Amino acid sequence: MAKKYDTPLLDELEKGPWPSFVTEIKKAGKKSEMANDELGQLEKSYRTKRGYWKHGGIVGVLGYGGGIIGRYSSLPDEFPGVAHFHTVRINQPSGWFYSTKALREIVDIWDKYGSGLTNVHGSTGDLVLLGTRTEALEPIFAEYSSRGWDLGGSGSAMRTPSCCIGPARCEWANIDTMEICYQMTQRFQDELHRPAFPYKFKIKVSGCAVDCVAAIARADCSIIGTWKGKIAVDQDAVKWYAKNRMDINKEIVDMCPTSCISYDGTKMTINDDECSRCMHCISKMTKALKPTGEKGVSILVGSKAPIVVGSLLSWVIVPFMKVQPPYDDLYGFIGKIIEWWDENAKPRERLGEVIEMKGMRSFLEHIGVPAQPQQVKEPRKDPFFFWKEEDLKR
Amino acid sequence: MAWLTEEEAKKTRKTDIGPPHYEQFLPPVIKKNYGNWKYHERLDAGTMVHVSNTGDKVFTVRVASPRILSTETIREMLDIADKHCDGYIRFTSRNNVEFMTPDEKKVEPLKKDLKAKGFVIGGIGPRLSNIVHTQGWVHCHGACTDASGLVKAMMDELFPYFVEKELPAKTRLALACCVNMCGAVHCSDLAVVAVHRKVPAIDHEKLKNMCEIPTTIASCPTRAISPDPAKKSVKINDEKCMYCGNCFTVCPPINIHNPEEDGVAIVVGGKIGSLRTGPKFSKLAIPFFYNEPPRWPKVVAAVKNIIDVYAKNARKHERIGEWIERIGWERFFKLTGIEFTYQHLDDFTFMRDTMRTSAAFKW
Ligand code: SF4
Ligand code: SF4
Repeated sequence: MAKKYDTPLLDELEKGPWPSFVTEIKKAGKKSEMANDELGQLEKSYRTKRGYWKHGGIVGVLGYGGGIIGRYSSLPDEFPGVAHFHTVRINQPSGWFYSTKALREIVDIWDKYGSGLTNVHGSTGDLVLLGTRTEALEPIFAEYSSRGWDLGGSGSAMRTPSCCIGPARCEWANIDTMEICYQMTQRFQDELHRPAFPYKFKIKVSGCAVDCVAAIARADCSIIGTWKGKIAVDQDAVKWYAKNRMDINKEIVDMCPTSCISYDGTKMTINDDECSRCMHCISKMTKALKPTGEKGVSILVGSKAPIVVGSLLSWVIVPFMKVQPPYDDLYGFIGKIIEWWDENAKPRERLGEVIEMKGMRSFLEHIGVPAQPQQVKEPRKDPFFFWKEEDLKR
Repeated sequence: MAWLTEEEAKKTRKTDIGPPHYEQFLPPVIKKNYGNWKYHERLDAGTMVHVSNTGDKVFTVRVASPRILSTETIREMLDIADKHCDGYIRFTSRNNVEFMTPDEKKVEPLKKDLKAKGFVIGGIGPRLSNIVHTQGWVHCHGACTDASGLVKAMMDELFPYFVEKELPAKTRLALACCVNMCGAVHCSDLAVVAVHRKVPAIDHEKLKNMCEIPTTIASCPTRAISPDPAKKSVKINDEKCMYCGNCFTVCPPINIHNPEEDGVAIVVGGKIGSLRTGPKFSKLAIPFFYNEPPRWPKVVAAVKNIIDVYAKNARKHERIGEWIERIGWERFFKLTGIEFTYQHLDDFTFMRDTMRTSAAFKW
């Protein structure tokens, strides 16, 4: 296809060493009129400093309420190629691994029906296909689903769960993040595809406290692998680090937040009882240290970005839970959390906000979790607190 | 491939099948050593090796992507993965692409082919990774800046920190094109977030037909919105509105966009991992820059300055937030030369927690 628009401003963004999204849109524009008009409209945004997309609109595939995000240009006459420019969210495989054969099939289908533009991947984790027309949605869904691909979540629904690479290629993983994420996504298909919640609900699974999928900041339910035993020390490997220019005292001993490591120049000792499992030493001396003993998950809930009343980080509710395939206990527990939230939330209220409103006790009692010191940084400061009849009787 | 007709589509479609099981997409060496990794080492800015308890190894080469990828570019990546990586490829949570092989001899030829195709290798270790970002003007109705363009301009400038130069610790950048923040901006080492600065304008005629008035009123976290019975609409109290745009999301005729007065803020010091210190929110460093497409030079210079000052002053392994907590915010503002303004004082919800209540501080 011939070049359709002059784009002097966007052309500036093809300069410099970092790969350019403008080059990508132009590449897609060689085959797709939609991509060309996307470029034209974007150049106009760069000229006028404003976007030209209308508020969503309800589009989807038969039987699903989510997975497609409606997008229409507010300038359809000027840029007819993007009059409809809907997003299709494809549920990504755990850990974002693909065979080239499968991914080739995905892009072939997308070239047939869409703009040829993608986000690999979107922030929630889905493989995002960027820009198609309403009438293409059913055929797109039929082609993908008949080849084993389903849509992800969108709207007031469970969003596509995501996880870190875990046991696939990380020695720190305490749990099988990939399988937990896969099984959970299967379990909650209905909640993903048919938005019936007050707002979005995100679940993310990380194998350890390094938290490579940002579960603690972004997930209403953050599942993080941890352990209960000792940190095994390979003293030969410690010597190797000392020889290979690591200042063990400065980089490890002094930086341990619980001051539970000592090192006498040859031997490293860890007072495991005082370790808070922060992962610093393990992640820096990966050859020498490794967690042993009982493995499980910590469950934290409530994190979100600032809309509506400010950002929240996830709060610890279950310090340690043993989990085993087929993970029924874990999913049953998450089900209870969602049930309480769904019953108590107003529209557009995330779990964390509802807990703030209704109180942590009410939430914990409903899901059957006792109060424990691991849940707090420090106890409350004020002496005004609720008593229930049953507390008085004890 | 021809388009399916509606009838054909009905016949082939399946629902609620979920994602394919990941196992079929794992490179053989990964499948064989699943859960059995012993340790890993970084070999250079873009290469690492994971060693299994069995002695098997897998080498990973990481390349940058601009997040928006054309199907053409994806095919180029797939060809390379077919040639060197047994037909497997992986993406990371920060939009990087990983090429893996168990064979050390294949690493250099793989890198050579990647470079020949113009792919940029890096992002591993105490460096910058790719910037997580949102859709911006490319695709979002709520955007008050572009995301991809500003990220491109920033990464061009910070490029050495991706491909080579080390920082004190890994440094995570993010960008959100509105305060909805679809991308962990609120817990990043350094992030750019687009902000509005003007009370929204109401189209009363449209509002009457399109919006539910109680829902619209309830959407405002500062209770700035009240009924306007005469107009069968709502009004906004200018003094209470702090331009969050939630009302606009609920009711589109309340237009918060103002191309002349919208722009971006820079926040710093957030983190997600629990290593050493707990996860932290990002805090305001610079409240405002005008949008200056196509390359936002002032924003880019400000980001570069903060990263350079951090690189020069922080201790090894110290994240930006940990460094600032050690030296104190007053020192951060002095070292970076950033002006402290009324906007830095929290007058929204958390003032209690953010004001200082000790008589000890630095000059
Ligand atoms: S994991 Fe953290 S707390 Fe535990 S010994 Fe290592 S550095 Fe110290
Ligand atoms: S922009 Fe936010 S603060 Fe202002 S009126 Fe709308 S909802 Fe309220």
